Amino acid sequence: MNIHRVNQATPGASLGIASVTSWRGKLRAVFLRSEAIRGYTLLSPTLVVMMFGMCAPFAIMVAVSFWTQHAFDFDTTFTLGRYQDVIDKPIYMALMLRSLAISGACTVVTVLLAYPMAYYVAFHVHRHKLIWIILMTLPFWTSYLLRVFAWKVILGFNGVINSGLKGLGLIEQPLEFLLYSPTAVVITLAHAWAAFAILPIYVSLEKIDRSLLEAATDLGDGPVKRFLGVTLPLSLPGIIAATLLIFIPTVGDYVTPALVGGPSGIMLANNIQAQFGKVNDWPMGAALAMAMMITVAVISVVYIWVTRKAAGRIV
Amino acid sequence: MTTKGARPDTVVSFRNASKYYGDVVAARNLDLDVASGEFLSFLGPSGCGKTTSLRLIAGFDQPSEGEVFLQGECVNGVPAYRRPVNMVFQHYALFPHLNIVDNVAYGLKQRSPKPSSKEIGQRVNEVLELVQLGGFDYRRIWEMSGGQQQRVALARALINKPKVLLLDEPLAALDRKLRREMQIELQNLQRNVGITFILVTHDQEEALSMSDRVCIMRDGEIVQIGSPLDLYDRPKNRYVADFVGKSNFFDGAVEHKNKSTIDIKLDGGSTVALKANADSNEHKVGDRVCVSVRPEQVTLARNQEQLPTDCAIKAKAQVMNRIFLGEQIEYLLRDERLGEFLVRSPRQHALSERPFEINESVFVAWSRDTALVLGSE
Repeated sequence: MNIHRVNQATPGASLGIASVTSWRGKLRAVFLRSEAIRGYTLLSPTLVVMMFGMCAPFAIMVAVSFWTQHAFDFDTTFTLGRYQDVIDKPIYMALMLRSLAISGACTVVTVLLAYPMAYYVAFHVHRHKLIWIILMTLPFWTSYLLRVFAWKVILGFNGVINSGLKGLGLIEQPLEFLLYSPTAVVITLAHAWAAFAILPIYVSLEKIDRSLLEAATDLGDGPVKRFLGVTLPLSLPGIIAATLLIFIPTVGDYVTPALVGGPSGIMLANNIQAQFGKVNDWPMGAALAMAMMITVAVISVVYIWVTRKAAGRIV
Repeated sequence: MTTKGARPDTVVSFRNASKYYGDVVAARNLDLDVASGEFLSFLGPSGCGKTTSLRLIAGFDQPSEGEVFLQGECVNGVPAYRRPVNMVFQHYALFPHLNIVDNVAYGLKQRSPKPSSKEIGQRVNEVLELVQLGGFDYRRIWEMSGGQQQRVALARALINKPKVLLLDEPLAALDRKLRREMQIELQNLQRNVGITFILVTHDQEEALSMSDRVCIMRDGEIVQIGSPLDLYDRPKNRYVADFVGKSNFFDGAVEHKNKSTIDIKLDGGSTVALKANADSNEHKVGDRVCVSVRPEQVTLARNQEQLPTDCAIKAKAQVMNRIFLGEQIEYLLRDERLGEFLVRSPRQHALSERPFEINESVFVAWSRDTALVLGSE
C-alpha cells in the first residue's frame, strides 16, 4: 500500500520543474538526513560571532604574547621573554596571588551567603517563588559601575557606615580599612555576583526530590545530618557551578579594584589594563593575560575534580 | 476522653486523630488499633486520607487533634527520625548519590552508637539476601530496574528492624505481572520477619489479596475495618460494597419482615424475599434500603427448570453485552423491572457448551442467602 503510493508520487514530483528542484531537493535531502548539518546551520550565526569576536582576538593575543614591544612597533620574532618576566618579576607573581586570594575569598563569601538564600526560597517559600527570584536579581537592574559607586558611598571615609558609627558615638575616627582595601573589593564583588551564585544553587536545591528528604528523616536523620547527608551532596552541582561562575570572572575584574581597592586592593587585571594603556607593552599584557587564563583553567579543573571525588565519599 | 489510651498489645493506635490542612480535612476522627505482626491495608480512592494516616504514623505530619500511639506511647510531637517505624516510599526515594550498599546501610549509619563497619556489612548482606538482591552490592541506583529498586527500598527500610513497616503504594509503578509477584513476595516477607506491615493502596485486589485486615476510607474517615472476606461478604454500606469488588444495587423499601425472611419491594416493581440476618434486622418495615448482589452470585440458565427452586427472585432478562474475561464471562443483562445489571458466570465445564449470545433471552435467579440488604445512602 505504502510502496504503491511512493511509486506514484516520485515521477509526479520530478515532472517539469525537475532541473530547478533537483539541486534544491538534493540539498534538502542532505539537510534532512544529517542531524549534524542541521545543527551547525542553526549554530552558524553564533559560530560567526564567536569566530570573529572571540577566536580571532584570542589568536592575536596568543601571537602578541610571543612578540616584543619596540616603542610603537612590534618585533615579531618569537620569544618567551615576556613569560619569563611573568615568572621572574616579583610584582606579577604578587599581583597574581593577590588576585586569586581576593577572588577566592569573594567566591567563598558569596557562595556561603547565597546558599541560605537559595535554600530559603527553595524549601520555605511556597507561593510567589518567581517574585523572590526576581528580587534576588535586583542588583542587576542597575549598571555595574553604579553598584560599585554605591558601595563607595556606603564604605567611604564619610560614608554611611562611618558617619552612622560616629553618630552613635561608637568611634571617633572613621574606620579607614573599610574603603580602599581588599575587604572593600570582596564586599563589592560579593554583592555584584550574588545572583550568579543564588540561581544555580537554587535550581539544584529545587530539583531535589522532597521524598528523599523524608526518606532520610525516616531513616533516623535529624535536620543537620539530613542536610549533610542528602541535601548538601545533591546540591553540589549547583555549588560547583556557582563557584566557577563567580571565581572565573572575578579573578579578571579590574573595575571594582580600581574604584574601591586602593593600592592594597589592586589586582592583576589592573596591571594588564595598564600594560595595554599607559605602560604600552602589549606583549607583556598579553603574556600576563595568558598566564592568568592558564592559572584559572588549571584551578577550575582541579576544583571540579576534587569536589567530584569528595562528593562520592560524603556520608 | 484523654484518659482513653492505647491497648498494650497494639503497635499502632489512633485515638480520635484528625488532620486538617487549613480548611481541608485530610483525616477525621481516626480510631484504630493495629495488632503486632498484623498486615493492615488502608484502601480508598485518592484523597480519602489513607496517605495522611500513614504520614501520621511515620511522623511526617502531626495530628491536628487526637493522639497517635506507637507501642502504647503517645507520639504526638515526636519527630519522624525518632520513631521506630520505617517507610517504603511510592517512588522508592532511593538516594541517587549513593550505591545500593550505602543506600541500604543509611539507617544503620545514623544510629548512635554507630555499629562497626563489619556489622553493617553483615547486616546489609543479610537483608539484601532477604529481598533476593545478593550480589548487586555496588551498583548504582539508576542501573536497576523498577522491581529491583523496589527491593532496595524494602531492604533499606527492613535493615532497621522497625516496629512497623509503612508502605505507600509501593507496587503502583510496577507492571501487572511483576506486581503480582511482588505481592506474594511481600506477604511471604511479612510472615518471615514478623514485622507489622501497614500498606496504603487504591488497588482493591492488592488490599484483599495481601492483608489480614483492610481499612476502607472515604473523605478522611474510616468507613469499615475488617478481614478481606468480611468486607466482601458483609459490607457495611453501599460504598464499601461498591469499592470492594463489583456489585449490582437495586433500590427499594422493606415491605415485610419476620424472624427468618425480609421482603423488599424494589422500585422496578418486583419483590425479593431474602433470608434475614443480623445486618438486615436493623431495617424496619418501610425503610428505604438497597439490595446488593455480586455479579458472580447470579445464576443464569437457558430454561427455567434449570434454576434452583428456592430463590429470592427469578426473572427473564435479555443479554445486552458480553465481555470475555478468560476464566469468566461477564454479561450485561437487562430486565424491564430490574433494569440493567452485571452477571459473571464461570466458563462452562465442557467446550461444547456455548455461552449466551447477545440479544438472547436468559433466566436469572439468585439465592435467598446471597443478596445483602444495605442502608440506602
